Amino acid sequence: MTPLNIRRMALGSALAALAIGSFAAPALAQRDPAYAAARAAGTVGEKMDGYLGIVGAATPELQALVDDINIRRRAVYAERAQAEGATLAEYSFTAGCLAISRTSPGEMYQAPDGSWQRRTSAPPMRHSSCP
Amino acid sequence: MTSAKLTTSACRAHKALMRGTMASTAKGAVLALGVFALGGCITVNAPAEPIVIELNINITQEVIYRLAEDAGNTIDENADIF
Repeated sequence: MTPLNIRRMALGSALAALAIGSFAAPALAQRDPAYAAARAAGTVGEKMDGYLGIVGAATPELQALVDDINIRRRAVYAERAQAEGATLAEYSFTAGCLAISRTSPGEMYQAPDGSWQRRTSAPPMRHSSCP
Repeated sequence: MTSAKLTTSACRAHKALMRGTMASTAKGAVLALGVFALGGCITVNAPAEPIVIELNINITQEVIYRLAEDAGNTIDENADIF
């Protein structure tokens, strides 16, 4: 193998790594361990309005975690709502319907009557306007 | 608003009806005059409000269904905060 071929191979594999890296980047974004633990413990839950809520007693740590997530969700909702020509409330409510649908058994969600419910293997109780 | 346009068109329709009725009998003309004076121009605006309310509900529901696919993608693309 000539030095030229080796250089070409090195360049090719570097480009391939770069391409894989850029495609894989969004999938790598996972829940923060503290957030994942709070969801699993049921100390936070999905609300009907598309935001995260505290179930039970609030601690400063829990409040900071929920506020951080909700601020970031709101930014995403606002951007997408504008792109879709919808209001923030319409978009966040729609996302809330889907987020409640996607809860795993054991996680908490808000039922149409406003009460907190623990998700079972059965479909969650959702607002009648949900898609 | 649109009520002026509706009133004008309603009256015009009754005038045409009156001409035809007067040619036949006087009794028919009186009846047509009564309909023109009492019925046509007054009742036009009555059902407007309930229709508007129903429309708003339909639009909201339609918007939610339209946004569902985009919202699902948004959740997938921001898996760290959902």
